Amino acid sequence: MTAPLEAAEPAAAQAAGPGDERPTHRGTLQYALSKAGGALFSIAMVIIGTFFVFRLLPGDPVRNLAQGRNMTPTQLALERHRLGLDKPLIDQFADFVGKTLRFDLGTSYEYKRPVLDLIGERLGPTLLLAGVGLVIAVSLGLWQGTRAGWRHNSRFDRVSTGVSLVLWSVPTFWLGLLLLMVFGVGIGPIPGIFPTRGIESVDAPDGFAYVLDVASHMVLPCLTLVAVVYAQYLLVMRSSLLEEVSQDYVTVARAKGLRDDEVRRRHAVPNALLPTVTLVFMRIGFVVGGAVTVETIYSWPGLGQLFYEAIRVPDFTLMQGTFMLITVAVILMNTLADVVYRMLDPRVRSA
Amino acid sequence: MSAVATGSVAWSRRRLAFGRFWRDFRQHRGGMVGLLALVVAVVLALVAPLFIDQSVTSVVSGTGAKFAPPSLAAPFGTDESGRSILLMVWWGSRTSLLIGFLAALLSIVIGMVVGIAAGHFRGWLGATLMRITDWFLVLPSLITAMVLAAILGGSTFTIIVAIGVTTWPTTARLIRAQTLAVEARPYIERSKALGGGHWHITTRHVLPNVAPLLLASTTLEVASAIVTESTLAFLGVSANKTSWGTMLRASYDFGAATAGAWWYIIIPGLCILAVVMAFTLCGRALEAVLNPRLRKAG
Repeated sequence: MTAPLEAAEPAAAQAAGPGDERPTHRGTLQYALSKAGGALFSIAMVIIGTFFVFRLLPGDPVRNLAQGRNMTPTQLALERHRLGLDKPLIDQFADFVGKTLRFDLGTSYEYKRPVLDLIGERLGPTLLLAGVGLVIAVSLGLWQGTRAGWRHNSRFDRVSTGVSLVLWSVPTFWLGLLLLMVFGVGIGPIPGIFPTRGIESVDAPDGFAYVLDVASHMVLPCLTLVAVVYAQYLLVMRSSLLEEVSQDYVTVARAKGLRDDEVRRRHAVPNALLPTVTLVFMRIGFVVGGAVTVETIYSWPGLGQLFYEAIRVPDFTLMQGTFMLITVAVILMNTLADVVYRMLDPRVRSA
Repeated sequence: MSAVATGSVAWSRRRLAFGRFWRDFRQHRGGMVGLLALVVAVVLALVAPLFIDQSVTSVVSGTGAKFAPPSLAAPFGTDESGRSILLMVWWGSRTSLLIGFLAALLSIVIGMVVGIAAGHFRGWLGATLMRITDWFLVLPSLITAMVLAAILGGSTFTIIVAIGVTTWPTTARLIRAQTLAVEARPYIERSKALGGGHWHITTRHVLPNVAPLLLASTTLEVASAIVTESTLAFLGVSANKTSWGTMLRASYDFGAATAGAWWYIIIPGLCILAVVMAFTLCGRALEAVLNPRLRKAG
C-alpha cells in the first residue's frame, strides 16, 4: 500500500502541530478535554453521516434490507412500519441516533441476530490478530529502523529500506495470496506447512495443544499483516533517528565519552521514538484496512471478515453497525495518540 | 497589444522553466525508469482495442484448457475458463489504469479546492474546512470506500467516486500548507493593494505556485488509487469489468492456489506492482525536483 507513506509525514507534522496553532501554556488536562470534545464531535459526525449515507441507497430501503426476497405488499408495509420507515425523515433520524447511543445497532437480516452480539463474538479474534501483529510489526519496525538510521547508508540500511519500500507497493491481498500459495498450499516440492483457513482446526484439542493450534493458524495472517504494516514504522523510525543524529546533544553525549551504543540507547532513540509512537496510533485506520483484507483471505473469524460478509451479501444493517464501530474505535485511538504525545513530549507542551 | 507581448514573455519563461525542470528530472535515474515504464503501460492500454477486444474476457470464448500452464498459445497460462491470462491482463489494464487516473484526478481536484480555500480564507470558513478535512483524514479510508461503493452500487463511476472521496484529505493538508506559505509573500500583498480579488489571487498567484506540488502528489495518488481499486475489487466491490483486481479475486474464488496455477496469481499481481512502483518512482523524482524544501535538503 502506498498511500500512507505520504500520509505519514502530514500525520506526524499534525501530531507536532497543535502546539503552534493553539494559545500557549494550557494545562495538559485542558488540552485532553478539548481533544475529547473534538473526538465527540467527530463521532457525532460519523453517526449523522452514516444515517444519511445509508439513506442514499437507491430504491426502497425495505427491499434493500430484505435483499430482494419475495414479499407481499402487506409484508412490505409491516416491515416498513416495524423499521419505522413510514415516519418522517426527522423522526427516523431521532430514532436512529437514540438507538445508536443506547448501543442498539439493529438486527442483521443475514444472521437474524442483533448486530451488537455478532460484533461481540468477532471482536476477540480481531483483537488477538491485530494485537499480536501490531506488537511484532512495531518491535520489528522500530528495531530495524533504529539500526538502519544509526548506520546510515550501510548495507543493512539500504537493504531494509529497499525491502520496506517494495512491501509498500505490494497490495496487501496479493501478498496474502502469495503466502497462502507458498506456505499454505505448497509450491512444487515444498509442502504446505501452515493452515490457511479459520482460527482453529475442526478437531481442535484442549489445553496447551489448543493454544498451539490457534498459533499455527495465526502464522500466515499475522505474517501478512506484519509485512504490510511494519515498513511504515521502519521508515519513520529511521528518518526521525536521522534527524536526531545530527543534533548538538548527540555530539555532546559523544564528547562526554559515552560508548556509541549508549549514545544511541540513552539519548537518540528516546527522542526519535516520540513521533514514531504517535504514528503507531495515528495509522491505526490503515491497520484496520489491512486487517479486513487479511481476515478475508484467511477466513479469520474476526470483525474484518464480518464487515466483508456484510458488504458481500449485502447486509446493510450489519454494514452500518460494523462501520460505525470501527470508525469510532479509530477516532478514539487517534485522540489518545494526540493526548499521549503531548504528555510524553515536553517540547510540544511548552510550545 | 501589450497583453499579447506580456503573454508571450510569460510563455517563453514557462518554456524555459520546463526545460530546466526536464534537465533536473533526467538526473533521476529511478524517475526516468518509472516514466518509461508508465509510457509503455499507458500506450499498451491505449492500443489494446486495435488488437483485441472485450471478447477476450468472455467466459465462453476461452479456447485453452482450464488452468493450463504457460505455453506458446497462452504465454502466461490460462484461467478457470481457459481464457488467456496475457490477453486478460492486457485488456484489464484499461480498467485498472482508467480508474486509477480518474480517481486520483478527482481526489486531487477536491484536495486542491479545499486546500487552497482553507489556506486562503482565514476565519471561520478556513477553520471549518480544516475540521472537515481532519475528520475525513481520521476515517479509515478503505472501510469508507467499501461502504460507499457498496451503497452506490458497483460501476466504474461509483468506484472512482468512492476512492476519490476518501483519499483527498492528505492533498488538502499539503496544499493548504503551501498556500499559507505563498500568501505570506509580499507580492500577494501588492496584488491585493492593486485590487486583486479572491478569485484573481487564488487562480493567478496561488495556483501556479502549488501546481508543481500537485503534479507530484497526483503521480503518487494514482499509484495508491490503483492499489485501492484492486483491493476493493478483491474484496468484492468492483466495477464488474475485468481488471487486475477482479482477476485476482477470481483466482482466489476458483482456488488457483490449490490447483497450483501460480501464473494466475503472479501475473496480475506483478502488473499492479510494476505500475505502482513506476508511479512511485516518478512521483518521488518529481517531488525531489519540484519541492524546494527537499531540493535544499538534498
